[in-house]
Amino acid sequence: MPNHPVPVPSSVLAALKNKTIHLSAAKMIHSLFLVNASGDIFLEKHWKSVVSRSVCDYFFEALERATEPENVPPVIPTPHHYLINVLRHRIYFVAVIQSEVPPLFVIEFLHRVVDTFQDYFGVCTEAAIKDNVVVVYELLEEMLDNGFPLATESNILKELIKPPTILRTVVNTITGSTNVGEQLPTGQLSVVPWRRTGVKYTNNEAYFDVIEEIDAIIDKSGSTITAEIQGVIDACVKLTGMPDLTLSFMNPRLLDDVSFHPCVRFKRWEAERILSFIPPDGNFRLLSYHVSSQNLVAIPVYVKHNISFREGSSQGRFELTLGPKQTMGKAVESVLVSSQLPRGVLNANLNPSQGTYTFDPVTKLLSWDVGKINPQKLPSLKGSMSLQAGASKPDENPTINIQFKIQQLAISGLKVNRLDMYGEKYKPFKGIKYMTKAGKFQVRT
Amino acid sequence: MSASSAFSDEKGGSASEPEYGHDPASGGIFSSDYKRHDDLKEMLDSNKDSLKLEAMKRIVAMIARGKNASDLFPAVVKNVACKNIEVKKLVYVYLVRYAEEQQDLALLSISTFQRGLKDPNQLIRASALRVLSSIRVTIIVPIMMLAIKEAASDMSPYVRKTAAHAIPKLHSLDPEQKDQLIEVIEKLLADKTTLVAGSVVMAFEEVCPDRIDLIHKNYRKLCNLLIDVEEWGQVVIINMLTRYARTQFLNPNINESLLEENSEKAFYASDDEEEEDKKAEPATLAKRKPYVMDPDHRLLLRNTKPLLQSRNAAVVMAVAQLYFHLAPKAEVGIIAKALVRLMRSHSEVQYVVLQNVATMSIKRRGMFEPYLKSFYIRSTDPTQIKVLKLEVLTNLANETNISTILREFQTYIKSMDKDFVAASIQAIGRCATNIGEVRDTCLNGLVQLLSNRDELVVAESVVVIKKLLQMQPEQHSDIIKHMAKLIDNIQVPMARASILWLIGEYCEHVPKIAPDVLRKMAKSFTNEEDIVKLQIINLAAKLYLTNSKQSKLLTQYVLNLAKYDQNYDIRDRARFIRQLIVPTDKSGALSKYAKKLFLALKPAPVLESPFKDRDHFQLGSLSHLLNAKAAGYQELPNWPESAPDPSVRNVEIPDWSKCSSRKDRKEKKVEKPFYSDSEGESGPTESADSESDSGSGSASASGSDESGSGSESEESGEETESDEEEEDEEEEKKKRKKLDKTKAKKQAEESAESEQSSSAEDRKRGRKAVKNQKSASESESESESSESEEESEEESEEESESDTNVRKKRTPVLKQPPKQSKKESKKETQEMSLLDLDDYEPAPASASVTPVNFLSSSLVSDLEGLSLTDTILAPTTLAPSGSIKMYELLHRIKGEGLAVEYCFSRQPFSPEPNMVAVQIQFTNNTNSETKNLHIEDPRLQSGMRIREFAEIDVLAAGESVTVVMGIDFCDSTQAANFQLCTHTRKFFVSIQPPVGELMTPAFLTENDFKKEQGKLMGMNEILEKLTLGEKCVNEHVIVERVTATANLSRVPCGSDKECRFAGKTVSSGCLVLVTVTTKEGGGAQLTVNCEKMLIGTMLVKDILQALSQ
Repeated sequence: MPNHPVPVPSSVLAALKNKTIHLSAAKMIHSLFLVNASGDIFLEKHWKSVVSRSVCDYFFEALERATEPENVPPVIPTPHHYLINVLRHRIYFVAVIQSEVPPLFVIEFLHRVVDTFQDYFGVCTEAAIKDNVVVVYELLEEMLDNGFPLATESNILKELIKPPTILRTVVNTITGSTNVGEQLPTGQLSVVPWRRTGVKYTNNEAYFDVIEEIDAIIDKSGSTITAEIQGVIDACVKLTGMPDLTLSFMNPRLLDDVSFHPCVRFKRWEAERILSFIPPDGNFRLLSYHVSSQNLVAIPVYVKHNISFREGSSQGRFELTLGPKQTMGKAVESVLVSSQLPRGVLNANLNPSQGTYTFDPVTKLLSWDVGKINPQKLPSLKGSMSLQAGASKPDENPTINIQFKIQQLAISGLKVNRLDMYGEKYKPFKGIKYMTKAGKFQVRT
Repeated sequence: MSASSAFSDEKGGSASEPEYGHDPASGGIFSSDYKRHDDLKEMLDSNKDSLKLEAMKRIVAMIARGKNASDLFPAVVKNVACKNIEVKKLVYVYLVRYAEEQQDLALLSISTFQRGLKDPNQLIRASALRVLSSIRVTIIVPIMMLAIKEAASDMSPYVRKTAAHAIPKLHSLDPEQKDQLIEVIEKLLADKTTLVAGSVVMAFEEVCPDRIDLIHKNYRKLCNLLIDVEEWGQVVIINMLTRYARTQFLNPNINESLLEENSEKAFYASDDEEEEDKKAEPATLAKRKPYVMDPDHRLLLRNTKPLLQSRNAAVVMAVAQLYFHLAPKAEVGIIAKALVRLMRSHSEVQYVVLQNVATMSIKRRGMFEPYLKSFYIRSTDPTQIKVLKLEVLTNLANETNISTILREFQTYIKSMDKDFVAASIQAIGRCATNIGEVRDTCLNGLVQLLSNRDELVVAESVVVIKKLLQMQPEQHSDIIKHMAKLIDNIQVPMARASILWLIGEYCEHVPKIAPDVLRKMAKSFTNEEDIVKLQIINLAAKLYLTNSKQSKLLTQYVLNLAKYDQNYDIRDRARFIRQLIVPTDKSGALSKYAKKLFLALKPAPVLESPFKDRDHFQLGSLSHLLNAKAAGYQELPNWPESAPDPSVRNVEIPDWSKCSSRKDRKEKKVEKPFYSDSEGESGPTESADSESDSGSGSASASGSDESGSGSESEESGEETESDEEEEDEEEEKKKRKKLDKTKAKKQAEESAESEQSSSAEDRKRGRKAVKNQKSASESESESESSESEEESEEESEEESESDTNVRKKRTPVLKQPPKQSKKESKKETQEMSLLDLDDYEPAPASASVTPVNFLSSSLVSDLEGLSLTDTILAPTTLAPSGSIKMYELLHRIKGEGLAVEYCFSRQPFSPEPNMVAVQIQFTNNTNSETKNLHIEDPRLQSGMRIREFAEIDVLAAGESVTVVMGIDFCDSTQAANFQLCTHTRKFFVSIQPPVGELMTPAFLTENDFKKEQGKLMGMNEILEKLTLGEKCVNEHVIVERVTATANLSRVPCGSDKECRFAGKTVSSGCLVLVTVTTKEGGGAQLTVNCEKMLIGTMLVKDILQALSQ
């Protein structure tokens, strides 16, 4: 047993113990509760003194009031605390704070926590969290010190706490060794805090995915009300040592509004429109951008629709045809159409020319998995809907949400010019991939 | 990335173990079951780490589920010193959670952390401090305080960061420590590493947010570092600087506030894009004094702008609010784009951003107008987002875009989300009131909605129509009639009440219908909701007054019903109205005015945004979101009437001065000016992106605070005297101020130091033209000293400096009578610089006399340096003492014929006093010459710096050459790695200093020594017993051994049983005191006192080894 460092007379000790500990307004995140879809608290973590879980009652109240799970207000004031929550993967992450703090600070942090879990466990579900409760706890301990973010960079965390893998799990059980890094990490102390030191690979490779999502609202007549492109460049970089990369575009002017991973050098971009950076190890999002000027945005699909209800009849007509529009010669794949039909609709009896459809009579959600669009034979979905007998015709118009993918195409026309590496001698394998997806793509009827 | 579900059985092999995490509800496995806990205790007591780990994992799982595990405390706390890192970590987790409840037991663990605080590994030190400070036990407050102070001057920035984190913890534990903590904060604020900046500002915000004065000196540094600080720190710093700027700068929109709205609109219509030149609007403002922005204000705006592109929404929001609150109107526009981008993020982020956009869009509508379509609503948006978007759309509506907006609104009304439809109707109402042109269109649209099948929609429409009609009732009697018909169908109380009120209010427009409505209502009175009842009474009263013939009886009836109502409000109202309108003999004077009371013209309601005037809360804050002051909210101050003195932000006093004692500083003030130019760039804090800009005033500012080394020199001159005379310091300060003013006037691009340095050099060349220079006292002292040494011909600047250095060091030993110098200094300020000279004069002569130096090899070499004629870059050959050890840097074979050796010459490295001089000897063993020997690509720990030797052009075969380079090891024994390059090859080499070489001798008197030693007690003192080696027979040998191990000087001492040595670390100037006390029979005791515990620990080791050989 270690020696008592400061001998204190027991009387003093007793006196001090009785003194109430003053808790001044403590900042930032005080506690975190994880609540599952059925309203059970399945994990709690406190960074300062313990806050009773009864504080969550206020959250449950709000949860009850909300008609939809996503309608719970992100910030809930209670008499002594404020609850800030985010909903991800059907889990509510409820942070308890005691005083003024920028709400986005907390929200952004909670999302970072979720991202980290996802990164560690592949999925962020209640089961995964419970199965890895110790790792979760260790992570939370490292990510927040006294309620203030400490290490949130996944590269650093992985040095501190190794993510579980099948192999390691087996080895650990046999040898009794641990998930905690044996060597203390140095990344946090270096000038490039996002990168581990001493990275080694036999195959050096760097892959970049340019992924663009089209957000659009198309009105009844088929004209575009608003359309914009949200693009990201996700990277998977596995390079030895400390490589310094530059990535240049053929048409950088296209990028309207950009946000970067902290590794990107701002000034260089400002001056030369070149991305210059020392990459983190592994997967990361290099940048996200926005192309908003409307005339630039090509709409790859069109929809012909005829959804109508007749007054007095308990039947409604439903017709939907999809076709490719501006696709630059590429195929439109993985098309999925979904629509929330009016409450009055009892059932739908439809006939798809390709793919399968489902209609949930409870939620009134119609979804049609189309697959690939064949320009020669356009996919269509036709049939009738049955309405509640005697009910008058619903006056709402359902909106049609469309998802699709187009491989090998960045719809904005963005092109990567070249990727160069400095600082290391070897020749890396480089790859770049383009993809266009539908983001929030809605057609009003 | 990683495979998923498969590791669910982390402990798969041990089948007997229950799966924690298996079922959240079944606490039964652990809680209440005491046998289980015994089981855990047993496992914790076992010798096997794996068992302990298993037990700890299960305990942590219990804590995670909120189960009580406090009874395990004694069993767990025993394992705090466990070797296994994971066990240790989990024990920490447990400790932090339960220490508060089990204070006595928790104390048992403290010593482990105290030991951890001294560990050579910075990460262990940091984590020890982290856990120690997280244990909320009042009794350890003093220990915490000491540990925090210690860590705040740790050489590792990571440990200093942890110290900053610990400050609010201690503050919340014991607020009485506030004053001491503020001192630590002040010290850490001066820290120049990005790692610390965010954390210390966070501590500042929590402990003493009102001490804005602490920020002045660090303001420019914080601005310049900002871009490299980690994202969370950025948020905190930006928010703090927003408040700071509000107190220190003038309102940039001061001129516009007079013109207000109309000009604003016109202005924004034309351009709201970023505009770098924001000269105040012309003509109209001519009478007002033109506003000139403080360069510091500009610096803040400029340095935060790139952060709008951060991936972190909180950072973007922080910058956005900063611009909103601080930037000139013309520049605020640039934030819109970034905020609109955030709307793509998670719905929670959207929610917060939209709240803020809603507030902003009221004040600065033009800013978001180009992004109108980004606020269009999708059917998949959550309702709360839809409502906020509607709010923004409504705020953005104006004459030009209203038609598009209304078309959008029409689609919204058909939505399935009824709450949203209701909000849309309200939005239409607001548009109609704000924009007169579309009022009729809106009204017609709303009337159509009255036939909607959904009652909620109809009700909401009625309420809105009521408000609209109030604005122009005459023209719309048919709408009122239409609504009167609706009363039969509408059940929503608010809508019924609204209709009744309308009919009552405008009963003169519908004289036939009104009494009929009252009749119907009287019939259903008892079944109505309270608000409807009140309106029925209202209607009755109004009808009674205008049309008593038809409604008298009805009114009586209604009032009678109301008289016996259950609700007292209604009873009261009935009684009150009866008195007013029914004339009786008792009724007072008021009844005469009844008509005026009831049928007065009522002002039309103004439909206002709920976000109006919310901007008195700092945007982005919790308080703003809730529209109520949250606990701990710092009010955003109003702009000052006139700007406070901007000179407070000028940085003159170097940061480290606050931490190290005066005497330490003396050591450092070797003449910087010569080199300051290049040093400014090599400073460790210099961020890659923040180039010092060419903007007039700020350039010199950023220069001066980045190159702390430069500013050191600024005061070096006066510092020498100030030790002894306070008055001088005063005068000096005045002088400095003057200097500043002239500086500011010039607004030259160069930094102040470089100016001075160049002038100093000029003067060197033209030696005699010295005296008429008034501005830079310190550079004078230099030139003066060089003059004085004219006897040593051809002396280089560097050489002369090293002399002065030596002399300065000696002065205290020589005990120059201070009075003499005082007198002189009073004569004239000009001569103050001469003081140094006075001090020096006798030095060389008496140096040999003083008994102190007789063995210090370093001194010997110093003396040697005096007579040297070469420049320092050509070799300062070693003192002939054999005690200096050569180390190999590159072996002859490895280096392909090039052999490199190095040693620590123990001479002060004159270009930079806080670097250790390393003498490197190259020998070319090949038969061909080697060319271009130089250093490349240094890989250093953060904070460390290298000053390379000048490239050696040619090294002929068989020749050898010696050069000197400087390395700032930051008082750590971390190796400096770099590449040694020749014209053909590159060699990776590294230099690792023995701890003893990290210090330089310090000359103290016996009394001084005792005094300093007294200050370095407790954790700063390390005691060790030893047996002296066979050869350590006398004092002489001991002294020799110690000085060979460490670069220390001997301190005179009365007793022959004791040898004392003193030195200070090269980089930070911390005192290192060593005492060796010999005892009978070869025993001895070694005491090392040093503020840097790490250095102390290592030094003890080395000296022990040297002495016991």
